[in-house]
Amino acid sequence: MTDLTNLTVAGIRDGHRAGDFSAVEVAEAFSANVAGAKALNAFIVETPEHALTAAKAADADRAAGTLKPLSGVPIGMKDLFATKGVQTTAASHMLEGFVPPYESTVSQKLWDAGAGMLGKLNLDQFAMGSSNETSYFGNVISPWRRNDGGPNLKDRAALAPGGSSGGSSSAIAARLCPAATGTDTGGSIRQPAAFVGISGIKPTYGRCSRWGIVAFASSLDQAGPMARDVRDCAIMLEVMAGFDAKDSTSLDLPVPNWEAALSSDLKGKKVGIPKEYRLEGIDPDIDAMWDAGIAMLKDAGAEVVEISLPHTKYALPAYYIIAPAEASSNLARYDGVRYGLRDLPQGAGLQDMYAATRAEGFGPEVKRRIMIGTYVLSAGFYDAYYTQAQKVRTLIARDFEQAFASCDVILAPTAPSAAFGLGEKTADPLSMYLNDVFAVPASLAGLPAMSVPAGLNREGLPIGLQIIGKAFDEQGVLNAGLAIEERAGFTARAEKWW
Amino acid sequence: MSNSTYRIKGETGEWEVVIGLEVHAQITTNAKLFSGAATAFGAEPNTQVSLVDAAMPGMLPVPNRECVRQAVRTGMAIEAQINKYSRFDRKNYFYADLPQGYQISQLYHPIVGEGSLTIEADEKAGLPEAKVIGVERIHIEQDAGKLMHDQHPTMSYVDLNRSGVALMEIVSKPDMRSPAEAGAYVRKLRAILRYVGSCDGNMEEGSMRADVNVSVRKPGDEFGTRTETKNVNSVRFVMAVIEGEAKRQVALIESGGTVVQETRLYDPDRNETRSMRSKEDAHDYRYFPDPDLLPLELDDAFLAECRASLPELPDAKRDRYLGLGISAYNADVLTAEVEAARWFDTLLDAGAKGPTAANWVTSELFGALNRMGRDLTDSPVSPQQAAELLGLVADGTISGTIAKTVFEKMLESGDGAAAIVDREGLKQTSDTGAIEAEIAKILAANADKVEQYKGGKEALFGFFVGQTMKAMQGKANPQVVNELLKKALR
Repeated sequence: MTDLTNLTVAGIRDGHRAGDFSAVEVAEAFSANVAGAKALNAFIVETPEHALTAAKAADADRAAGTLKPLSGVPIGMKDLFATKGVQTTAASHMLEGFVPPYESTVSQKLWDAGAGMLGKLNLDQFAMGSSNETSYFGNVISPWRRNDGGPNLKDRAALAPGGSSGGSSSAIAARLCPAATGTDTGGSIRQPAAFVGISGIKPTYGRCSRWGIVAFASSLDQAGPMARDVRDCAIMLEVMAGFDAKDSTSLDLPVPNWEAALSSDLKGKKVGIPKEYRLEGIDPDIDAMWDAGIAMLKDAGAEVVEISLPHTKYALPAYYIIAPAEASSNLARYDGVRYGLRDLPQGAGLQDMYAATRAEGFGPEVKRRIMIGTYVLSAGFYDAYYTQAQKVRTLIARDFEQAFASCDVILAPTAPSAAFGLGEKTADPLSMYLNDVFAVPASLAGLPAMSVPAGLNREGLPIGLQIIGKAFDEQGVLNAGLAIEERAGFTARAEKWW
Repeated sequence: MSNSTYRIKGETGEWEVVIGLEVHAQITTNAKLFSGAATAFGAEPNTQVSLVDAAMPGMLPVPNRECVRQAVRTGMAIEAQINKYSRFDRKNYFYADLPQGYQISQLYHPIVGEGSLTIEADEKAGLPEAKVIGVERIHIEQDAGKLMHDQHPTMSYVDLNRSGVALMEIVSKPDMRSPAEAGAYVRKLRAILRYVGSCDGNMEEGSMRADVNVSVRKPGDEFGTRTETKNVNSVRFVMAVIEGEAKRQVALIESGGTVVQETRLYDPDRNETRSMRSKEDAHDYRYFPDPDLLPLELDDAFLAECRASLPELPDAKRDRYLGLGISAYNADVLTAEVEAARWFDTLLDAGAKGPTAANWVTSELFGALNRMGRDLTDSPVSPQQAAELLGLVADGTISGTIAKTVFEKMLESGDGAAAIVDREGLKQTSDTGAIEAEIAKILAANADKVEQYKGGKEALFGFFVGQTMKAMQGKANPQVVNELLKKALR
């Protein structure tokens, strides 16, 4: 019998529907992989019983002829989504032990669609980070190793799975789950997907409800799926998306049938190549892969045009003003008064309790961003930083609008490098932030964008390509992604060492 | 605009007081501004708290349409500019009664812009002329929770029932110049809010409270430095704060000191204010647009519905009453409280004539209610019953004097006026025969007075009327009595 954990979401769904195997078998197979992969540190909490309960229901539904879109599919849940009765931490000490009495809208939709949960996935603390090294529960490790000829895989340098959705990327690449939820504020779905050779899509801002997702930067945060291929992303996104009256920024639009409309035929489509994304001194493998991607889309029938996004170089600085500004305010609620960590030193007053709790509960990167955010919103600095950054944001959105007058989708690298080693960038936050350079413009503009694996670099590590689409045109993004996927024929997987 | 003559007399001359008020009015709705939690006053602590109000991780605010509607209607009632585009901002600060760590308010783009209201002249209250007071803006914001310091020896408790309750902050211009003007402004504003139904105006329960900005200057000089006294919760206290704070500032300046811009607290027990914090240690609130909320954009249909739903407002009602021949004093009294005005309008609708009805309500009815310790909302006499009583006077069935007796009996028994008049035989008589018979007896019994009257002492006429009415047990039609007496005495 085939290894069920090698199946995609579509494969599990269709095989279960056809009676090839039971959902319980699938859940048990993945739970076994999860249990056997502690070395990756991808999960903060494992919930095999949740997956099993959903699997039993799926098997019963099959018998009753009442199958749902994700019946029999166990998934991983990024630990930024509130899950009723299951610890939800945002990978922070602040929320260690916090068990929400409520379920996030997106996770509820997944359960309603028949999915089960294998566990809560590790991430960068409060989703702030690009390598998963800011998690209070220890960094996630990528299943990938460089082909640097080291004595054995196990002893080679540990690589970052990307971030902040690094638990999700690592777990999918290591076959611990067929798909997972991610959230993307400035690349947190796309960059980790690229680092481990899987697919991930950040839909248009507002497609997925933010209700019940621990907030990082509200105007940028957007949930999306991560999975092994484009079809699985479409299947997952159809379930996760949809208007939610509990989120004022939710898009009140019907959810298209993305899976059914998948097509890699790009005849009549124009693909824009932004000249500002050609960076000096970038890893030549990245540029080479980008060129390969251009050829693949041409091969799929698309016309390739050069476009200009003139304000690109201001995107990263603007992002690192807006996101911390919102975060500094969003994280004010973690004060030790009502839930989560409380550090109340002997004889302490309210201010002392705040100081002690927040000093203890937040990690260094979270503190850094709260400090930056507080600074840029302060009287006397607000106009120079926050107001300017908002103007830049408007200009970036306008850049895209103008570019999309002459193309349907944009192709670019997802990240300026392949996965880097753990600890390589932690000493220099700026070099870490630079990893988001290609991801943040689409975040600032609220546009749908996905990463698909395109090949391996010279070190044998996956490289992802990014497709950015017009607002609401997830279909165009998915279709271009599918065209690359079919031509890249990316089948490489991390060899097991854990 | 009139110039108030209110002055503080200092050692160096007279000082003028400049006053601006920020009134926080709780919007009357069943649910909070951004959550579905209830807002009833006096509930057990922490029983009206949703996940949003407690700022649980991942919770999001959703604006309550009714709160927006009420703010717009209030703006329309003071003829203010309604901003079709407005936005919510976060005011960031840490306090245990503020779960989110920020208050959602409107700093940069309030929902209501400039408007005004008129305070009426009231000679007795020190307001020689009517005056228009400008309103700078109205914005919507969340209320905070409440700390309780008396529940535990070393800890403070937090009650989040009020957390997230919708408030309107109504900011006046610094247009007031005396405690009386400020008092009249608060009363007028309260009346308008209650007419509109956007706030119950209940200051004791905290649904309306004022931050009082006071400065002093020599008449004609530039504005002085102001202080702000927070959370003053009665009209009387507002006036007391202004008086005390103005005197304190004058004394301070005249003794060589300077007024510092600061926030002060009022202690009603000692009738004094004390410093809470100065400008130097004021918070930096780091206001920025709330990224969880889209801008509010109001369409014409929504605005039209808001306008159409406005009731007749105090000024318009007062003008209408004046037009009916009601005295200015009565018109003021009857329009001050929306319940009184509604009661009176129902009385008019039931057929009562304006001036008579107004006199009767403000003297007879209010007098009786006062004696009984009741107000109009639980008056034992309905407007319909009152109209019946006044109708009996108007059509000559009973006299004004008998009406007082009938009204007393109505209060005692709850019966209708006509029924009482019938039962007690109080119907006024115009039977000239009966009256003439009594007159004849009275004139015969008082021959000396008849002589005096005929000799020119015409004031005695009233005596004869009184005697006749008495003999008729008050039931004679006074007009008929007058005519018959004049004839008999000729």
